[in-house]
Amino acid sequence: MTFRFRLRCPGTLRAALRHKNRCLRTTLLAPAQAVRSPFRTSPQRRSPKGCLVAATVAATTGMGLHAAAQDGAAAEQMGLEIALEAREKRLGFGNFTARQNMLLRNKRGQESQRELRVKVMEVDGDGDMSLFVFDEPRDVQGTAFLIHAHKDKGDDQWLYLPALKRVKRISSGNRSGSFMGSEFAYEDMSPPEVEKFTYRHLRDEPCGDLTCTVVERTPTDERSGYSRQNVWRDIEERRTWKVEYFDRKGAHLKTLSLDGYQRYLDRYWQAGEMTMVNHLTGKATTLTWTDYEFQTDLNANDFTQTGLRRIR
Amino acid sequence: MTTSPQANGPGAGEAGSALDRFAAVLLDRPWLVVAIAALVMLALSGGAVRIGVTNDHRVLFDEDNPQLLAYDALESTYTESDTALIAVAPSEGSVFSREALGVIESLTESAWQTPYSIRVDSLTNYNHSESSGDDLVVGPLVEDATALDEDALARVKEIALTTPETRGRLVSTDGRVGAVVVTFALPESPDAAVIEITDHLHVVLDEFRSAHPGVSLHVTGDVLMNRAFADATRDDLEKLTPIVFLVILLVTIAILRSLLATVAVVVTLMFTINTTMGFAGWIGTVFNPVNAGVPLIVLTIAVADSIHIVSSTMTALGQGLSKRDAILTSVRENAQPVFLTSVTTAIAFLTLNASEAPPFRVLGNLVAFGVLWALVYSMALLPAVLALLPLRQGRVRADWRFLDRLANFVIARRTTLIFTMGLLTVGLIAGVFRLEFTDNWTKYFDERYEFRRDTDFVAENLTGLESWEYSLESGREGGITDPDYLASVEAFAEWLREQPEVSHVQAFTDIMKRLNMNMHGDEPAQYRLPDNAELAAQYLLLYELSLPFGNDLNDRLDVAKSATRLTAMARGGLTAAEQRNFDLRAQDWLNANAPQLATPATGFTIAFAHLSQRNIESMLQATILAMAGISLILLLVLKSWRLGLVSLVPNYLPAAMSFGVWGYAVGQVGLAGSVMTAIAFGIVVDDTTHFLTKYRRERNAGLAAADAVRATFAETGRALVTTTAILVAGFLVFAASGFEVSWALGALVAITLTLALVADFLLLPPLLMALDRRDR
Repeated sequence: MTFRFRLRCPGTLRAALRHKNRCLRTTLLAPAQAVRSPFRTSPQRRSPKGCLVAATVAATTGMGLHAAAQDGAAAEQMGLEIALEAREKRLGFGNFTARQNMLLRNKRGQESQRELRVKVMEVDGDGDMSLFVFDEPRDVQGTAFLIHAHKDKGDDQWLYLPALKRVKRISSGNRSGSFMGSEFAYEDMSPPEVEKFTYRHLRDEPCGDLTCTVVERTPTDERSGYSRQNVWRDIEERRTWKVEYFDRKGAHLKTLSLDGYQRYLDRYWQAGEMTMVNHLTGKATTLTWTDYEFQTDLNANDFTQTGLRRIR
Repeated sequence: MTTSPQANGPGAGEAGSALDRFAAVLLDRPWLVVAIAALVMLALSGGAVRIGVTNDHRVLFDEDNPQLLAYDALESTYTESDTALIAVAPSEGSVFSREALGVIESLTESAWQTPYSIRVDSLTNYNHSESSGDDLVVGPLVEDATALDEDALARVKEIALTTPETRGRLVSTDGRVGAVVVTFALPESPDAAVIEITDHLHVVLDEFRSAHPGVSLHVTGDVLMNRAFADATRDDLEKLTPIVFLVILLVTIAILRSLLATVAVVVTLMFTINTTMGFAGWIGTVFNPVNAGVPLIVLTIAVADSIHIVSSTMTALGQGLSKRDAILTSVRENAQPVFLTSVTTAIAFLTLNASEAPPFRVLGNLVAFGVLWALVYSMALLPAVLALLPLRQGRVRADWRFLDRLANFVIARRTTLIFTMGLLTVGLIAGVFRLEFTDNWTKYFDERYEFRRDTDFVAENLTGLESWEYSLESGREGGITDPDYLASVEAFAEWLREQPEVSHVQAFTDIMKRLNMNMHGDEPAQYRLPDNAELAAQYLLLYELSLPFGNDLNDRLDVAKSATRLTAMARGGLTAAEQRNFDLRAQDWLNANAPQLATPATGFTIAFAHLSQRNIESMLQATILAMAGISLILLLVLKSWRLGLVSLVPNYLPAAMSFGVWGYAVGQVGLAGSVMTAIAFGIVVDDTTHFLTKYRRERNAGLAAADAVRATFAETGRALVTTTAILVAGFLVFAASGFEVSWALGALVAITLTLALVADFLLLPPLLMALDRRDR
């Protein structure tokens, strides 16, 4: 167990230090291998009003900031490189399975849960194949959603309906709609294909204990629900910590916060918790990932229409 | 108007001498008085910059208004339902042309750019589903409209006019008008957002209008109504108030026939209004159309006090008194009636605190505050100002001959008058039965506002704008796909569709029926509900996965899939009572046929439908209490049970008669009606008080009833006519407001004041003579 001091203060570090007697909080953090989000403000640890911005001593003393190259082409190049580097770090995982709990909450605080199993398989030279199998709610138990993501065209999507014992193709290639009534669009749930965006590096900034690059990415697909996204990735591991989504009119629509990263096979970082807050409707959805298993005995046949019918 | 304090007995005499000493102090140091008053006024009026204007219709409701709370719960369970509806109407032919559909399609796209928009539903982006081979194809009904061929247009028309989700909602049943509905999530304080949204929409629509002259565009919805709210508030504050001021100025000049005297009145008014509005700012008042009339009402009522004092002064000057003595005389004569009328008026306005609608409480308190300050300034500042002005002896005005003639007529025809006035009263009051209390937000603004014209167009040509919203609970998570639940919702929707009040029903079951048909190869016989909960849930999942951003079902289903939202659009022109009754009938039906779903309707419309009724109930008690209180004050002042009781007749009847007139002439009244009695009563009482005080004095002095009436006419008639003229003129300007609550209130009060004067002249004297004849 390690103990760390975390300082949560408003505004700049100087302000933070001035207020440190008032704002200093000792916080018991989780074991080091589970990395906490710098953006995390869980209710029980929420600092006093006005102290919501987390600033850590480590972030400002430990690491220097990247010299930000902000002029047009250079910024675009840097943004793309960061995206490619992040993809590079994901490559070669083969396949993995995990469980996903989806907690939906509306403005009234009413909650609802969904349980899914997720199987993902890497495809050489193209997007991943993903399979979502629904366990809860009971009425859709055994329903399976298969996606073949593509780099250069719309994704293929199928749904297996156990009550009908039939596979139905979802023709629209839609990725922007609400996934199971949640605040996630399907396109928000997995790392998107690098080719489907243009990039621009905005700045580097401290994020908690780490330093993050902030990259703006603009979808090239006209049917995307977004005009742009801002992505926070730490410099070391290129893990995504936060994504801000801007709707088609450029308004800040949603914010995704990722947390509880764990490393698998000594290499692949996966978030344990993803929370999407819709700023316009006040609704929120939290995805909790558990039981990650990498390099299982899945094979490509499991990700076919025929394979869908065998899913239990 | 010349009640002398000496006549009120020894107590009043002492008060009178104290008053004389007070007045003498004022006249000795007029500059000091003006300076102190100016300090007070300036200190308070500094707050005026803090005055806010809101356009949020919610200000009409109390925070704990049950209908509003239910509506909030609905909105936070599903999605916000603040909307703007844009109607697209080609000047000829149907909307199923390349051009019209093209306009709707690009409007849909532009609508996404509207600030705060969270979804856009239109005839073109409606997500139609059909089967293709073994697959479910979900896509916008129209894509690339301008490239459609005749067959494709015919297909679009066929689908749009047969699908329950579009027909009568996104396209008129005759196919001539199409719609784009934008839904917004407004921030907590929506004022700025509403301005931003509506400005944006108007710019976009104007661009479309100039690019497509063959298509007319109309926009309505509650966001637009909020904008009209703001515009109306500003119009009333900024346009009507100066007009009232001008009217008052002209009337004052006409009555006083002296510019300097008019200056004195205007100075007093300015002090009063600045103090009141400044105070309003300091206490953080936010004005809205309902209480935007505060400055106007205060001006109107305050001017009466000043005019009495100045005109008495002028009369005294005319009788050859020195300026100082003339002012002293005037203060002495007017102190009691001005004090009395100010207090009764203030009490009446304070009863508005019982109102359910917060803006009326603000209105009541601010006017009461203003009236009391008018009293202070008239009794302190005004004499000092008069003392400073080089007032010359005014022309001695001839008495109004017609008052004499009127008095003689009343005395001669007293029996006939009691009879005819009685008949007239009964006849007018009978009109009350034709009166309907209703608040309808679609009719809050008159046709000078584009909002009203557009709203009328949409209501006549496309869809009703008022709706009953139902959140139908299945009782368990995921229960909305239970066959039993679906069957009940379906039955309710069908029942609703049969009701004459309903123009369109948007129900979840329509989606399920369509999906069931799609999953069976679009076989029309399969347009029915799935009979298996799992199948239904899986169809729904498939459909939801197919819907793009901004077209999801999250506004119709709750997160737990335990409840669905059903919207029944009302036909235009229903009254509040009809809307409430319909709600009750629907609840009865639910209780009898689907008790597990039973719920009252909610929504914007139903909240308004309850507004005036709730307000009437709350105001009724308070108004009666205020009337009793004021009548008691009159009894004390008049020191006569008989006169006190007689005073009830001219005090109470005018309001009832005025409602009767309204019943015959207009037929409907909303919020204004519930507060009118309290407001008018406080003012009407003043005339009666003057008349009866004078009459009692003449009788005490030994005059016979008829002679006392003649003397009273001569002494008070002129003042009653002039103050009534000012008040009626002021309230008539108020009636020029384009906001229904304001113009109805202004008109009702003006009618009441006129009828009160008629009652004071034609009914009260005959009654007094009849009563006093029996006495002797």
